[in-house]
Amino acid sequence: MTASLLAQAVYVAGAGGGSGFPVLPSMVFVPVFGAIAILAVPATRPQMHRLIAIVSATMTGAIGLYVLKVFKAGDPGMQLVSEVTWVQSLDIKFSLGVDGISLFLVVLTGVIFPLAVVAAKPEHSEKGYYFWLTLLMAGCTGVFLALDLLLFFLFFEITLVPLYMLIGKWGHGRRVYAATKFFIFTMLGSMFMLVSIVSLAYLAKAGVDHTISFDLRRVVAAELGTGTGRWLFLGFVVAFAVKTPIFPFHTWLPDAHTEAPTAGSVDLAGILLKLGTYGFLRYGLYLFPEASIFFAPLFVALGAIGIVYGGIVAAMQKNLKRLVAYSSVSHMGFCIIGLLALNVEGIEGAILQMVNHGIITGGLFILLGFLYTRRHTYEMSSLRGIQRSAPVFAGIFTFVMLASVGLPGLSGFIGEFLSLVGTFLYNHTAAVIAATGAIFASLYLLWAYQRVFHGLPDEPNARFVDLNLSEKLVMAPLIGLIVLLGVYPKPVLERIEPSVKLTIAHVQEHAPPGWHPAGSQEGRDLSPVADSGHAHGSGPAPTAGEGGH
Amino acid sequence: MVDLVWLVPALPLAGFVVLLFFGKRIGEPLSGWLATLLMGGAFICSLVVLGDLMGQHERTFHQVLFTWVPAGSFNVDVGFYVDSLSMTLLLVVTGIGGLIHLYAVGYMRGDPRYHQFFVYFNLFAFSMLMLVLGDNLLLTFLGWEGVGTCSYLLISFWFERKANATAGKKAFITNRVGDWGYMVGMLITFFVFGSLSYSEILPKAPGLSAATASAIVLFLFVGVCGKSAQIPLYFWLPDAMAGPTPISALIHAATMVTAGVYLLVRVNPIIAASYGWVPWIVAGVGCATLLVAAILAMSQRDIKKVLAYSTVSQLGYMVMAVGVGGYTAAVFHLVTHACFKACLFLGAGSVVHGMNDEQDMRRFGGLRTQMPVTYWCMLVASLAIAGIAPLSGFWSKDDILSFVANAGADGQVAGWVLYAVGLFTALLTAIYMFRMMYLTFHGEPRWDDPIPEDIALDVAASEAELEDADLGGAHIHIHDGHAHGPIHPHQPGWLMLGPVAVLALLSVVAGFMNMPFKGTELLADFLDEGVVNLVANNAELTWQLWQTLAMLGLGTAVGAAGIFIAWRLFKAGKLDPVPGLGQLFSRDPYDAAIAWFMAHPGRVLFDALSWFDRTIVDGAVNGVGAVVASAGSGARRLQSGYVRTYALGVALGAAVILALVLTRVLALS
Repeated sequence: MTASLLAQAVYVAGAGGGSGFPVLPSMVFVPVFGAIAILAVPATRPQMHRLIAIVSATMTGAIGLYVLKVFKAGDPGMQLVSEVTWVQSLDIKFSLGVDGISLFLVVLTGVIFPLAVVAAKPEHSEKGYYFWLTLLMAGCTGVFLALDLLLFFLFFEITLVPLYMLIGKWGHGRRVYAATKFFIFTMLGSMFMLVSIVSLAYLAKAGVDHTISFDLRRVVAAELGTGTGRWLFLGFVVAFAVKTPIFPFHTWLPDAHTEAPTAGSVDLAGILLKLGTYGFLRYGLYLFPEASIFFAPLFVALGAIGIVYGGIVAAMQKNLKRLVAYSSVSHMGFCIIGLLALNVEGIEGAILQMVNHGIITGGLFILLGFLYTRRHTYEMSSLRGIQRSAPVFAGIFTFVMLASVGLPGLSGFIGEFLSLVGTFLYNHTAAVIAATGAIFASLYLLWAYQRVFHGLPDEPNARFVDLNLSEKLVMAPLIGLIVLLGVYPKPVLERIEPSVKLTIAHVQEHAPPGWHPAGSQEGRDLSPVADSGHAHGSGPAPTAGEGGH
Repeated sequence: MVDLVWLVPALPLAGFVVLLFFGKRIGEPLSGWLATLLMGGAFICSLVVLGDLMGQHERTFHQVLFTWVPAGSFNVDVGFYVDSLSMTLLLVVTGIGGLIHLYAVGYMRGDPRYHQFFVYFNLFAFSMLMLVLGDNLLLTFLGWEGVGTCSYLLISFWFERKANATAGKKAFITNRVGDWGYMVGMLITFFVFGSLSYSEILPKAPGLSAATASAIVLFLFVGVCGKSAQIPLYFWLPDAMAGPTPISALIHAATMVTAGVYLLVRVNPIIAASYGWVPWIVAGVGCATLLVAAILAMSQRDIKKVLAYSTVSQLGYMVMAVGVGGYTAAVFHLVTHACFKACLFLGAGSVVHGMNDEQDMRRFGGLRTQMPVTYWCMLVASLAIAGIAPLSGFWSKDDILSFVANAGADGQVAGWVLYAVGLFTALLTAIYMFRMMYLTFHGEPRWDDPIPEDIALDVAASEAELEDADLGGAHIHIHDGHAHGPIHPHQPGWLMLGPVAVLALLSVVAGFMNMPFKGTELLADFLDEGVVNLVANNAELTWQLWQTLAMLGLGTAVGAAGIFIAWRLFKAGKLDPVPGLGQLFSRDPYDAAIAWFMAHPGRVLFDALSWFDRTIVDGAVNGVGAVVASAGSGARRLQSGYVRTYALGVALGAAVILALVLTRVLALS
């Protein structure tokens, strides 16, 4: 019955859209109907709830892979667009589309969610748990696919509730405090965004054929005054800065992570943080080119501070989950500096870093979940010598840890390095400071690793059972992706690149005169001295370390 | 045939993959043999490639496998660049690496993680080959980081011991500091060239402004200081000796630590384009390192630590050579050092092995009769490193010194200073090496002597750690360190003797490939022909024949004098500890200072920042929350009730909107 309902809904949902199978709406509606189906099954059948959750998440993931397959690599624009007018008078549309920027985030959502569902089981109240988890997935895919501002906002908000519930009800320790903090933080940010969205739609009315619209592709044509644009930009960006999180708006994250159940942490780190950086790119940079250029120095600075600050504070944590949470602050800093460097290298690096961080940190949280089911603690002081009792677990942890540290050949490195390249073209100092993030990453992770895995295990840790087959199978796809993206990221990069170039061309078009993306020839002040034989230059040679702009 | 070069790294990579998944099933000793066999295959491939390359008119070969990172203007390939420099290192890595693999087959016998050792060992060989063969800075960086990771994994291979785990971590983090410099160097390189590929940047390097070139060189040099253990980042290497001896020989003597020297030689056109004082910084750092490390080597009690400081010192010679433009001399010394130092380490490993994992030389003595083959091999290698004619170290050290003196003769006073320090350190080298030889192999056996009070602190600490954690039933296998029980020194089997003997032979003959006479500088000519711009940037030696001969004579004389001094001190019973100096430096004061800094001011700083985060940043958040709460209807409602209600509101709203969408959609269809 469920299946036929789903099929019908999927068919119907896409009927108004483009040609053929309504692919993108189904990515939102499969989990929605999964959630409804979970509600329909009585609470006495937890196995059924789990099954439905797994099936709907896996189906969504499969559709994501299908999207990847049919995606046209060279096309910079929106693909597979599906559009249904929803509120005609306000031109609010249920419109979804995917381009190079969102493609891999959508695929990532489809990979991480099924694994998160499979990797951990709730300790009680299965029905609610799987319901919220499945609904969360719908919200996440929706955010990445939405092409309408109000629709985007709706999905962005929908993600709040399930995570709030997951942390508050299925979390550990001070879960209510953590959930509340998370909710209030993000809610406050979202309010500013809502105000900005409505104002923007209203202001856009004047410019574009005098009807109000929330369509991203129409709103973007709005002609805003410089001041207005900057204020609206800030309204959007507050929400994204909290979500990412950017220093100093990050303190909800360690609490949320520490108290969240495993699946919550995995989804939070793997997907939800990317809503912030994705929003930054799609709604910040794209809608407000002038303001982005204006505020770029601020955010590059905050990103670089976050990288170092997150790394140092992570090193002082005694709780493994808090440590990984602070490491996220550090790693997401690379996304921010890359995005705001406003050049192809930086933005591609930032997008790749979003994907890689999702895989790697998601993987780390899954591993910590395995650890928690065995030892019921995340405190490093009560863990030691686990490499001896569980060599496979330790080996996989080492691998994911090295990816997180940024070992070239594994996925974490390329995103970070491209972000650094982009940032260096934009501002030398910021990149040189941000590059120290690699030192801190090795410091806090190796330190923690030694405390937890090295030495001889004491009694409870000696009984630590190594990973079983299903746990290994959960990690296998993540390990494969880490290697694949580290060794051969070309297929990913060449799908991202056209859309990024389009975005930058768009920024350039609306930028103040004379602006150009950092990195083009004229921008270089450490340029080779052309056709001169005197290498030990007597001429005015610029020195390293000066700002690029 | 030269296009088969991809096979060279592919073979150890295959070994890594196979052993990773099936190593346990393949078991001992087959997994070791497999790893060794693949290294042998890689060596044969290298020889084939060399033969083919020599037959070609163009002595370079460039092979692109695939595009690695294409992003905007940033484009990096996975490709191999074969020239005489990478060829030379290729032979060292696969040849000496293969021998050490063979040795490890015997050395690691009985270890419960036997196959895992070879997993890491093959991965190391792969990474090192990528480092050497990579056709761009980023691919070299991949190898650079890969070898660092393997070094971390292998130093902490016996992770149950705290000293090993800590040493591994220290090595990795210290290297990361250097890697920061390497990364910044790459960023600048890309910024000015728009490429990281050697074949693009090196020919354009002469056009660089001196400031830019200097910035690139200095940042890369930070990386070199980390990897090649130069001041101020050398202190990780002595601790790294906690790992199994084969890795000390392969990673921390013959190959990985020379990566920095390789990098500097590789980017020689950029060094040439930098300010005149930049190479002097390089030479100065190398010179300071070689002296300081030799002084520290004088007073070590652990046989492997003598060799470790000796390695640091010898790397200092190579770096100094690069600084004065003696690129060929640096590579020459790299090759000969790989032979005799690997021989010494493996010999020391045999001694340690035969002495029930004892490493303290105060408990050796008189082993000459028990381990004659090991003794003779190590003696040959010690004579080589001491610079006695006509062994390999004699020719290569003299080559470096003649380049340094050449800089002096060019009117640079600093050149003469470096020469004097280099020569003096050659004396120290002979003394500390023969101090080690006498203490180990000569005199009366001291095998069961109680160790005096001041046993190395970290060893004591890790022993305590072990005893603390000793649990019922948990069998602890620890190779190094103090195992108790009667000691019967014995010669190891042929598996371990064979490689040592071959390396000893190489220590004798390796020098003949580059003697400072007309027509005998084979290696230098080979490098000159095949490395970009090396001919232009290698300093020109202008010595007359009699001057060359005089310097050669002086070198041998100094070495012989050192051995004589060591012998006199030994006879007088003053070798351990060397009065004054020995007491002062048995623990490295710089290392101690760094450790203190990390544990006190560094820790305070980190603590302060995390306090700031908890109290100020988060405190502000909670403060605002509290204010809002008290202004509203009380904290309780904010903490739970209000938010719950709101969340429910959002959920309901979403449900309503969803229903609306569905009806709309249904209506439209």
